[in-house]
Amino acid sequence: MTRTLADDSQGLARPNPPPGPLLEVRDLSVEYLLERAVIGAVDHVSLDVAAGEFLAIVGESGCGKSTLLFAVAQLLFPPAAITGGTVTFRGRNLVGLTEGEMSAVRWKDMSVVMQSAMNALNPVLTVGAQFRDVMRAHGAVGKQEIAQRSEEVMRMVGIDPVHLKSYPHQLSGGMRQRAMIAMAMLFTPELVIMDEPTSALDVVAQRSLMAQIKDLQQRFGFAVIFVTHDMSLVSHFSDRLMVMYAGQVSEVGPTRRLFDAPKHPYTAGLMDAFPSIRGPRVPLAGIPGSPPDLARPPEGCRFAARCPKVMERCKASDPPAYQVEGVDVRCFLYEAGGPR
Amino acid sequence: MTGVAAEPGRLPQAEPGGEPLLRAEGVSRHFKIGNSASRKTLHAVDDATFSVYERQIVAVAGESGSGKSTVARVLAKIYKPTSGEVYFQGKPISGIRSRRDRLRYSGDVPMVFQDPFSSINPVFRVSHGVLRALKLHRPELSKEQRYAEAVRVFDAVGLNPGAEVLQRYPHELSGGQRQRVGFAQALSMRPKLILADEPVSMLDVSIRIGLLNVMAKLRDDEGVSIMYITHDLASARYVTDRLIIMYAGHIVETGPAEDVLSRPRHPYTELLLAAAPDPRAPLNVSSEADIGEPPRVIDPAPGCRFRWRCPLAIDECHKVTPPLRELLPGHSAACHVAQPNSPTGAFQ
Amino acid sequence: MAVPISVTRGQGPVLPEPSALPAGSGNRGRAALGRLTTAIRRNRKATAGVILLALFTLIALFPNLIPHYNPAEIFYGPKCPSCYSAPALVQASPSSAHWLGTDLEGHDVFSQVIVGTRAVLVLALVTGLLTTLIAMVVGVAAAYLGGTWDGVLNLVTDVLLVIPLFPLLIVIVKYAGQSGNVVLIAVLTITGWSYTARQLRAQAQSLRNRDFLLAAKVRGERSFYIIMVEMIPTMTSLLLACFLTNALYAVLAGSGLQFLGLGDPNLVSWGTTLYWANSQGALQAGLYLWEIVPGLCIALLGAAFALLNYAFDEISNPALRPMRASAKRKKVPLATPTPTPAGGRLATDDAHAG
Repeated sequence: MTRTLADDSQGLARPNPPPGPLLEVRDLSVEYLLERAVIGAVDHVSLDVAAGEFLAIVGESGCGKSTLLFAVAQLLFPPAAITGGTVTFRGRNLVGLTEGEMSAVRWKDMSVVMQSAMNALNPVLTVGAQFRDVMRAHGAVGKQEIAQRSEEVMRMVGIDPVHLKSYPHQLSGGMRQRAMIAMAMLFTPELVIMDEPTSALDVVAQRSLMAQIKDLQQRFGFAVIFVTHDMSLVSHFSDRLMVMYAGQVSEVGPTRRLFDAPKHPYTAGLMDAFPSIRGPRVPLAGIPGSPPDLARPPEGCRFAARCPKVMERCKASDPPAYQVEGVDVRCFLYEAGGPR
Repeated sequence: MTGVAAEPGRLPQAEPGGEPLLRAEGVSRHFKIGNSASRKTLHAVDDATFSVYERQIVAVAGESGSGKSTVARVLAKIYKPTSGEVYFQGKPISGIRSRRDRLRYSGDVPMVFQDPFSSINPVFRVSHGVLRALKLHRPELSKEQRYAEAVRVFDAVGLNPGAEVLQRYPHELSGGQRQRVGFAQALSMRPKLILADEPVSMLDVSIRIGLLNVMAKLRDDEGVSIMYITHDLASARYVTDRLIIMYAGHIVETGPAEDVLSRPRHPYTELLLAAAPDPRAPLNVSSEADIGEPPRVIDPAPGCRFRWRCPLAIDECHKVTPPLRELLPGHSAACHVAQPNSPTGAFQ
Repeated sequence: MAVPISVTRGQGPVLPEPSALPAGSGNRGRAALGRLTTAIRRNRKATAGVILLALFTLIALFPNLIPHYNPAEIFYGPKCPSCYSAPALVQASPSSAHWLGTDLEGHDVFSQVIVGTRAVLVLALVTGLLTTLIAMVVGVAAAYLGGTWDGVLNLVTDVLLVIPLFPLLIVIVKYAGQSGNVVLIAVLTITGWSYTARQLRAQAQSLRNRDFLLAAKVRGERSFYIIMVEMIPTMTSLLLACFLTNALYAVLAGSGLQFLGLGDPNLVSWGTTLYWANSQGALQAGLYLWEIVPGLCIALLGAAFALLNYAFDEISNPALRPMRASAKRKKVPLATPTPTPAGGRLATDDAHAG
């Protein structure tokens, strides 16, 4: 590795980024191979992330967003396995790499922030010790260098470096989560993957953390994939928004366009399910029903059973994704290029 | 059609006249923590005073450590108040001793819990809890009548057809359905006031609205009052009539829901509103400063507990705990700086 | 963008949710039994354990199904001209008449083993049951009631745990005088419940704050009801494990006591057979089968209980199951990356339609 920590500290730009999107996922499928059934958690998902882009992936429980994330980061364990597709990061397919090859990419080019810091941080090590662990595992050696970089990243996220000597349980929830983000920033990666990093926090701390993430992103120019079940959280921060349902992508496009004019009935239903704090008070319906059983997915569109605009052909065949006004929608309503 | 859909929460109104169904006066609940070497007291709730009337949904909103769940547990008689008293239908609940009285109170004021995955016993069918509740609280019913009533309450909360769902096991139901079972159980006891402790927090967003509509329907059709504990102001606004905001064990603002949210008078309420994500509104850029988190209140000194995070804190805030003052009709705030006719502007 | 319900649906305002899973079959008991049988068949340890236990149970219940003699019957060898009476037949190696040979007094060893099975099994099952019952009551009550009750019950449990079991057993049995199975069962039960009481208490404590127990309390149930009806049924798998542990303990400790001569020597049981074999010097006399076979049976019965214990652990906790080679799938050949279409947008998935 020719790039040193000192280069990260000085914020040196990476030399010669390869052309094309930073991350390209094509037709990725992930299945859980259980004794009694095979569960298709992610079904032929494709997505792109450009350098410096903030992509939010939104969906409810069981839609496959977390599985997708772990598949991209190559962190799946049996019985989950990638059964098809590619994950191309900086021109290189990550699927099928050995652990050794993957660890060269991990943390330096791509890092992960987990959902619950209390579960992800080692409770018997101080925060500083964990930073040291990570850095040594990925090639940094100088004690001085390590200490300096640790302090730097802590300051980046707004924590007093004196807390490097604290144990995770001594920090508040918000601080712990920031420490996780600091850890992810140690090597200034180009892509940071976040799995619901704010769900364990109170609303004020959530807002504050989101703002911090956005600020860091703008300063250091890394791309973010942010998975959440709460789409209103990312409405002001993400560039593009991807909505997942039952293992498939139902709609993806620029965030504001999805919020202002959702095309897929599921996206529209989700938007409706958020009662407004400031807008007019109206009765809401939510989306009755439950997602399909992914061990036996239905023949046609997976949302057909709950869709208010369902048509006959939706039950027979699975719609492909159509491009409409810069948004990709997986719905027969848009077959002719616009809503019927 | 009875309009839960048409009227999820009523328009702001002055307090209805007459006796409140439940009144809490100066209720405090402390917990001893630490070992014998260093005994400390955690002040979970201090000096809570509020009322709940009939056919009313009252939300108690706050972040972690605000004491909202503790308040509910004191009302459910899971904890005894360290000081203060709770009056139910005019009578103090500390006077409820005999088994018969305790049983009657637990039927009048039942509780619905947060976690749909651990609040129902997994080895029995879902009919078990409801039938037991009916057996204990309505002994005058025969076995057939109990069963018929169980079917009725299941239908009332939207678990149709009731007779069929009653025979299922909890693992065969989704999270939203399990929470409805919790409400059905509470409803079967013919309650006056249901204590709902964060009933939708663990559910998917698209399912929450269904449960909130159930709550509104219970108020409208069954005449039940509900105390809705939550950390989500938007859902509180959707169903409730009155709103109580808590911070670090104190009640900081209370009033008609619509009023409190459109004209907040306490800086903390303003902070919560500014922080609540609302995709339909433009982003409030200035509220991005790092403003800390709610404290754990251990052996506190007097003074406003929000003073460390409040940009408007004055000397008085550090010395004297602000009392709850009525600033507008039915709308009170506990703040030395609050004015009746304008927001404090702390987090605009 | 809100959709008033009255416009899109003609149903009532509170919408029902169709179930996530299909409704369960009518009789849960039958379904559970079916699942259990399949699980046992699939798990090798369970199959072995069940077969062994079934074998011994059959022998204990119907000893006459297997041809054997009366264990007290003495067989005589060929008469020698100068002897008064025929000497007892001492046969070390198996023969068609005596499948495991005889002991030093001419008793058939095979019959002793067959007939002795019942006593051992009774000892194991009854002691296991009683011990588990006491452990359950004490452990769960201690956890649920908490406070002083917990302290007192814990003290009693701990005292019994700390005292070395075997010397205690010896002292008690000596005190009670030598008598049969009943005293043995009583003694083993009194000293044996403390170990599993600890385990049950620990699990009950972790269950204690589960919301459904709190919900039962808030709905007005009495503590006794909550413990017996709400709590204990959710602990069945641990209770089963405790029963198997206690049965194992009973087999080993009980036979051990009998081996030391503390049981009723006239009772036909594997332990007493071993006692006689040992005290009469079976090995020196070359009567190996007499010494070994009862011990082997004890070991096999103990193994049956232990296997079943492991097996139920694995069945109820899938994380413990051994990974079979067939379960690991072959790696699917993966496509080479396709060149990026311009603009980095999602390609329309024509190939994937349907």
